[in-house]
Amino acid sequence: MSEPVTALGGAVFETGIATVREEPVQGMITLRGDLEDSAVRAAAIGASGAEMPDRGTITTSEDASLAWMSPDELMLLCPHGEVPERLARLQEGLGDAHALAVNVSDARALLSVVGPKARDVLAKLCPVDLSPGAFTPGMFRRTRMAQVGAAFWMPTEETFRVVCFRSQTQYVFDVLTVAAQKGSDVGIWPDPTGGG
Amino acid sequence: MLILTCPVCGVTSEETEFHAGGEAHLTRVGPAGDEEAFGDYLFTRENPRGVHFERWRHVYGCGKWFHAARCTTTLEVFGTYSAQTTEPPQAIRDRISQKRPGWIWRDFA
Repeated sequence: MSEPVTALGGAVFETGIATVREEPVQGMITLRGDLEDSAVRAAAIGASGAEMPDRGTITTSEDASLAWMSPDELMLLCPHGEVPERLARLQEGLGDAHALAVNVSDARALLSVVGPKARDVLAKLCPVDLSPGAFTPGMFRRTRMAQVGAAFWMPTEETFRVVCFRSQTQYVFDVLTVAAQKGSDVGIWPDPTGGG
Repeated sequence: MLILTCPVCGVTSEETEFHAGGEAHLTRVGPAGDEEAFGDYLFTRENPRGVHFERWRHVYGCGKWFHAARCTTTLEVFGTYSAQTTEPPQAIRDRISQKRPGWIWRDFA
């Protein structure tokens, strides 16, 4: 049995205005189907333990999350080792419903951007209104990050989790690192810690 | 910069999160059409200064197609609406009429 490894071996950048880190392997299951279908909803809720997310949001249970990706797509996040079991539960719950559930854990990568200036870092790279009043914990956003596609959400007020394609992890890590360079904070939003 | 709101997922973003898909509301000309009509269908496009209707795709977001009504000179967006229609909804036309009285685009006004 081979050990799953991340794309960058857990790379960390700590010397800037925010800490950029490649997170350990993360289980991800993509579910495509009609999200209005009660069987699809019940299967997603059953396999994740989380509530059904509204448009553009992410919900979290004790050990899993459900993210709204598009009107016909959800992403289930869970510990990497639990994917086969949860996927089987999902398939069972879907039954004959017209839907597709696939393990995409190894096709994606998870990074985090942490710190009071984390908003500045993301705002430099994405065409998203990231002001504290507009983007808040609980929201989920798929967008463009520099030249590639990415998705992110905020588990807490000072933490971003960024999902990207695994083959683009180095690129995403590099652009985040550049955007987080020391002395590059924009200062457009008040410091949540109250400092200067 | 062109700022669009995807009517499918509700996200508002600038044009780099989307991808332009060309002129809207084209009617396909099949084997029954004559050469001239088929040539027009393939190649003849509006090139207006002012009100224009386009197809767009939310390529970095939900991935869905939609329609946008906008002004080519000011980049003002009058509205976005479902891709599953063959003509602009009346509400969008009314909004354009308020801002650009007397506008005409192909057979729509």
